[in-house]
Order: sequence, then structure tokens, then C-alpha cells
Amino acid sequence: MNDPILEMRGIGKAFPGVRALDDVNLVVREGEIHALVGENGAGKSTLMKVLSGVYPHPDYEGRIVFRGRECRFGGIADSEREGIIIIHQELALVPLLSIAENIFLGHEQRRAGALPGVIDWHATHARTEALLRKVGLAQSPATRVTDLGVGQQQLVEIAKALAKEVRLLILDEPTASLNETDSDALLALLLDLKAHGITCILISHKLGEIARVADSITVLRDGRTVETLDGRAGPVSEDRIIRGMVGREMADRYPRRTPKIGEAVFEVRDWRVSHPVHAGREVVHGVNLTLHRGEIVGIAGLMGAGRTELAMSLFGRSYGQRFSGRVLKHGREIDVSTVERAVAQGIAYVTEDRKGLGLVLEQSIAFNTTLANLPGVSRHGVIDAGREHAVATEYRRRLATRCSGVDQVVVNLSGGNQQKVVLGKWLFAGPEWLILDEPTRGIDVGAKFEIYQLVAQLADEGRCILVISSEMPELLGLCDRIHVMNEGAFVAEFAAAEASQEKIMRAIVRQAA
Amino acid sequence: MNPTTTTTAPAATARPAAAARRPGAALLKSTLREYGMLLSLVAIMLFFQAMTGGTLLQPLNLTNLVLQNSYIVIMALGMLLVIVAGHIDLSVGSVCGFVGALAAVLMVGHGWHFVPATLVCLAVGGAIGAAQGVFVAHFRIPSFIVTLAGMLVFKGLALALLNGQSIGPFPVEFQKLSSGFIPDPFQGDETRWSSLLLGAVAAALMVGSGLRERAARRRHGMEGEPLAFFVVRNAVFAAILLALCGLLATYKGLPNVMIVMALLMVAYDFVTQHSTLGRRLYALGGNEKAARLSGIRTERLAFLAFVNMGVLAALAGLVFAARLNTATPKAGLGFELDVIAACFIGGASASGGVGKVMGAVIGAFVMGVMNNGMSILGIGIDYQQVIKGLVLLAAVFVDVYQKNK
Repeated sequence: MNDPILEMRGIGKAFPGVRALDDVNLVVREGEIHALVGENGAGKSTLMKVLSGVYPHPDYEGRIVFRGRECRFGGIADSEREGIIIIHQELALVPLLSIAENIFLGHEQRRAGALPGVIDWHATHARTEALLRKVGLAQSPATRVTDLGVGQQQLVEIAKALAKEVRLLILDEPTASLNETDSDALLALLLDLKAHGITCILISHKLGEIARVADSITVLRDGRTVETLDGRAGPVSEDRIIRGMVGREMADRYPRRTPKIGEAVFEVRDWRVSHPVHAGREVVHGVNLTLHRGEIVGIAGLMGAGRTELAMSLFGRSYGQRFSGRVLKHGREIDVSTVERAVAQGIAYVTEDRKGLGLVLEQSIAFNTTLANLPGVSRHGVIDAGREHAVATEYRRRLATRCSGVDQVVVNLSGGNQQKVVLGKWLFAGPEWLILDEPTRGIDVGAKFEIYQLVAQLADEGRCILVISSEMPELLGLCDRIHVMNEGAFVAEFAAAEASQEKIMRAIVRQAA
Repeated sequence: MNPTTTTTAPAATARPAAAARRPGAALLKSTLREYGMLLSLVAIMLFFQAMTGGTLLQPLNLTNLVLQNSYIVIMALGMLLVIVAGHIDLSVGSVCGFVGALAAVLMVGHGWHFVPATLVCLAVGGAIGAAQGVFVAHFRIPSFIVTLAGMLVFKGLALALLNGQSIGPFPVEFQKLSSGFIPDPFQGDETRWSSLLLGAVAAALMVGSGLRERAARRRHGMEGEPLAFFVVRNAVFAAILLALCGLLATYKGLPNVMIVMALLMVAYDFVTQHSTLGRRLYALGGNEKAARLSGIRTERLAFLAFVNMGVLAALAGLVFAARLNTATPKAGLGFELDVIAACFIGGASASGGVGKVMGAVIGAFVMGVMNNGMSILGIGIDYQQVIKGLVLLAAVFVDVYQKNK
């Protein structure tokens, strides 16, 4: 029985309006693979940010003991010096630099006796080659990172961690965007690292992987530790993990509704989209989609399956210019070639990237609420400030947005409230077809339920709703019909009643194989 | 509705409640932030008024101050729109000089009447802006580079047009654009009553529109400023306006170019603060992708900002040429720096989406008053530039520091 290398005791962390972590305990033994699981928003990433010093001492409560000493990290540099290295889901590599340059970025190999700041390229390349062999990446150290696939970039990140004498490696959803083969290779590498005595914390939603490689599993729910399961005696069943993660009846998390589905309103026929830069690469292959009045349709799939590309290309060619296919409304073809025209036809797209694509962060709630429908609050091009205020206040009330007033700048709002402002903006545009791309990403559980309720209500008002989500429970709880998308094509379709997480997953995997 | 709703609500509303407890302090803070630059301008004016022994605010000098800065202010209006849209225009000084040269060639060289010549010059300015706007908005070449090229091109073209020589004088009617004053039918011997009357009308209009907006806000149940604050603010502004017009009235009255400038200021302030066009411009500068996904035609908007800038640069070129009464190859040299500095001193953000027309105007006058005051004090052109540079840095530093706090 190994001793603990890391003990986190009574960790708490609060953000304005949200308590992200509350009395969380995590004990990791030396040389094990410790999985950290929980729903989105359960606090996994926050906990790892506390551990790696992104949220420095004393901005959190509780104690961190690493290798027998209490640590108070003031920043990432402090935790890295102790050998704690985190690999984030969004990889932190410089795309136009080579593999070798990336691996030694910030601690470049210096030539002995040379002037400070002069790089020893021979040592850099020799050490990089050794590291790449260790992680099993057959590439030249001089290859630019941008020319690698995501899976290979992941390996470069691990090599970079190994170059820094890592003691505790933290991987945040490393396989989320990898295909089966790359995932298997990565898991094999983790087991190999474990054999060399490197401890690893693995955050993942893929419970099958966890059951395969993890020695212990800690389950978080709503910012608290639920339990730590022991996987050494034998694999822990997925159902057992799910019970810990969910911990309550699924039905409570989604509003009950009796769908009143009407006639077909929008139809998409043989929709094809090419990559905006690489002309030959088709990212959506001939998709057909029908939306009925009052129906909530979901699109399931992995990251990179082409779901966002599909949605954005339908919304005024917001994804590149190269596409073909037809969009029909009440059986007649409509023009959706610019955002303006798409909006005029009653289409609204609520982006997955609310900060980057959805909001003007430095402006007020009122400013953002009316942005997509300025004619609705103006006459002859002059904005009626009073009407704008009234409209913004009305949507604030309807969406229960928590803020000091509609003049508040949106950058200060929590994720859930920002999402409500984006929703308010598109509701004010009066859409008949609302496309929701990851509508609850990074939002706390309470706000999620409110958004689900709103979506259900919008469907009952007779609108067509299309929900794109990577959270399968969300799609199963909310949608009437689910399309499964993989590698740019619809590969399966289920009615809500007959769909299940396993069926959807099987549809994806069957295609990938 | 849901248990979590009730638990998070008090935490979210706690802060505004705390702020409401001390409305006086909060109001003072927001007032300082909003009128900070205006107060700085007043402080700078008082400083130079004291240092120059009262010369700064003498009617003759005040008139000069307005005339000297009119073309900078006019260009700052256009530059503000360009900067809010997230771009920059380095070519305005050169365009200004080029259009002045064109005006001289048309009016002096070819004997054109000043009206068609002025219209052609404004149109050429618009065309120059359009040409640069196409490269920036549609071909996505950084505005810094496009207008740097434009700066060289039009500086060279102005030289070519003038053959390296100065051309003048302009027809008398054209000179009136800069050196003329509004007519005074009352024939007052000491005071130009028409100028004072115009000042009074402007003050009345300002108070009137303030009252109307206040009533509209109340009707829609929006929070407004306290009545006492409203009264004091309007009284101070009206008094400043009347005092300014009164001082100018004891010399030759209000300069024609000041009327042009004032009308443009009011028009641009209205467009940026109250029109959908202005609103979309702020959205474009604040987050271009979000603006585009909200159905805003961002390319067209950026293009229009450059066309507008070209027209205003041309107007400024005409005003400047009329003031010197000759077109010289050196006209407009370095104007772009004063214009851009005016916008940033006035609170515009270099990354776009933030900035106000009135701020840019105040910024222009901060630079203008310092130029004028330091010249009167006999400070050499060398140290004048050093001081101006430091003031620009200090103004933006304070702005950024306040925001980060």
C-alpha cells in the first residue's frame, strides 16, 4: 500500500453568486492513476485549478499537502516547481513553433559556458527525440505543432510535462477529442508512465476508460466529494460510478412536458459544408433534417463531429462560404446566405462560445439584449432608450437574470446569467427556429434547470428547437427526437422514448470503427 | 421554482444593495469618471490662465484657440468613429494637406468658384476614405498598414500637385470659412449681440433637451440622476456656454468655423449615442464576431467609418487652407498624431468599442490649450512635444488604471 502523495482537505472555493467547491477532500496515493469524475459543473476543473495554483493561496479554503509538506501555491510556476503539471483540455501549445521549441518553451536548453539566452539546439533536439520515443510519437522534433493532429499534440503536451520532471500529472479530459485508436494509445501511455512511478490524476467523462485504467475514483457532485471508489480489486462498474455522479432521480433535472408536435416547418436538404481554409475537406456530408412545430430535436456527437459547423453554416454562412444544399420553410426554399437574411427568415443561433461569439462583454445587458433586433426598439434609425430599457427589463424578468439592473455590464455576470442574456437577445429577435449550441456549457445546476424550462416553454409556444449538446443526459432529458452525428454525417436517429446513452454511444463507435 | 434559485439570489443581489446605501458616494464616483477629463481640461485652462497672467482667456486669444483647433476637432470626430470600430487612420494629415492643395489648384490655378471646388474636394476626400476602407474592410488588411501607405501616397501627391511650391491666395469668400465671423445685424459697437444671442439659444436648447430626456426616462421608470444634480450640472454647462460666447462676443463674435464645428459635434454625438448606426459601430468594435452573428453587416460599417473619415479630413484640409490662405506642401504634417491623441486622451480604447464624441472633442481642446498656453509662456517647441507626450501617456494611464481597479 503506497502512501499518499497528495492530500487535499476541506477545499472550498466561492465565486460571486456561486459556491463552486465546498469541503472537497481528495487523497491520491503515490504511483496510482486516480480518476476524478462528475458532471459538467461539478467542480472538477475548479479543484484542479486550486491544486495547480491558478486560483492562488489564499483565494480558497482548506489545506493542500503534497509529498508530506503543506503547499501554498501562488501561481502555476510554484506548483510546476513541485512537479505538479496540468494538461488542460484546450492545449497550450504555440502552433507555429516546432515540437522541440514547444517542449522546452520557458526552460530552454542552454549551452554550457555560453552567453545566457543562447539556445543549445543539439541538446534540445536530442532530448526531444528521447522524450518523443518515450511517449511513442514518431515525428521529427522540428515538425511544427500546427501540422500535428489533436492526438499527437496531446502527446507533445505529455512529453513537455516529462521534460519538467513531473511527479503528478493532471490530464483534463485528454481523450474528449480523440478517436478510439488515439485514445487507446494515450491510455496505454498512462499505464506505462504509471509503471515508471508517475502519479496521474485523470479527469474524464468516458467511464469505460476510467473503469479500465483507474486505481481509485473520486466522484464530485455539485462542488462536494461524494465518495472515493477503489478500483484495484476489480473494475468498478459504470453504473456504480453513474449512481455516485447523479445521485438522484434523472426526472428531477428536466422539466416534464407533453410535446405538442405540429407540421414540418423547416427542412434542410442534402446540406454539405467544406472547411473554410482546406477547400477539399468536407466537414458536413449531405445532412437532411426536418423540424416540426413545437418539437425539440437534439444532435448528439463527439467534439469535432461537425455539429457546430452544420449549425453555423445554416445561420448565414457563418462557417465559411463553401457549402451546398437547400433550406425549405413551409416547403418553399429560403435564402439563408447572410446572417441578416437568416434572422429575417426566423432563424436564431445561440452560440456555444458566448464570450467570443455571443456577447459584447464591455457593454450593458440592455445593449446586448437588443443587438440582434435594433429596429424593434428604434424609429427611423433612432433608438428609443425608454423602449430599449423596457424590453431589456422584460427579458430580464422572464429569464430571471440575476443582476443589479439592465444597465449592468455583462462581463461581470456569471456564466449562467450571461447565457440568459444571449438567450434574451435571440428571443427578442422573435425566432421560429432556435438553434441552441451547448446551451448549458459551464453553467451551474440551478441555472441549467431554468434554461431547460425555458426551452420547453419555447417549444410549447410552437417554435422549432434544435439542441446541440455533448452532454447526453441533457439531450435524453430534453429532446423529443435525437440525431447522432459523427464525422460530418447523421449516422442514427432515435425517438426520445427509445434512445439511451448506450445506443447513442454505440452509433458513434460503430461508425468510428 | 427550484431550490438553487433561492439560495443564490441573495448573494447576487447583496452588492447592489450595499451600493444603494451610499448613493452620494457612488454618484460622486461615477460623476468623476464621466466628467473627469472635462474637469482636467478646466484645471489645465485655469492653470495656464494663472501662469499667463490672464492672456489665455482674453477674447482675441480665445478666438485664436478655436480657430487653431477647429480642424483637429473636425478630424477627431471622424477618428473617434474609426477607433470605436477597432481601427486607426494614420493618413488623415496627408489627406488634409492633399485636399488643401487640390482646393488651391482648382480655385487659384483654374479659377473655379468656391462652391463647386469645395464640393469636389469633399467628394475626393470621401473617395480616398472609400479606397482605404475597401482594403481594410473587404480585403482585411490591417488599417495601420493601409493608412500608413495612404499617408505616404497622399503626402507625395500633395507635393506633386503643388510642384513643391505654395499656392495662394484663395478667393475672399472661401477665406471666410476660417477667418469669417457670423454677421451681427444689431450693429453693437462693443458687443456682438447676435453671438451672445446664439449662445443663449444653444444653452436653452441644451437645457430643453435635457429636460425632455429626463421626462422620458421617468415615463419608462428608469433611474435618473437626482434633481439637484441635474439642476447644478445644467446650470454649470449653460454658464460656461454663455461665458464663452460672451467673451467671444466682445471681440469679433463667433467664428463661422465654430458654428460648423458645433453642429458637427452635436450631430456626431447624436449618431453615436442615439442611432442604430452608432450602436452597431460600438458592437463592431466591442466584439466583431458577436456583431456579425447578430446580423450586423460589419464590413460595410467599417467601410463607412473610413469614408466618413475621408470627408471630414477633406473638410479639415479646406478649413486649414482657408485659415493660412495658401496651400503649402507642409500642410497637415503630423496632424494625425494630434487627432489620434485627442481621441485617446478623451477616453477611447485602442482595442475598439469604447469612446465618446464629446470625449474626443475635450481631448482635442486639452491638446490645443496646452499648445496655446505653452506658446504664450514661451516654452520651446522641443519641450512642448515632451510635455504633450507625457500628458497623453498620463491620461491613458489614469483611464486604464481606473478600469482595472
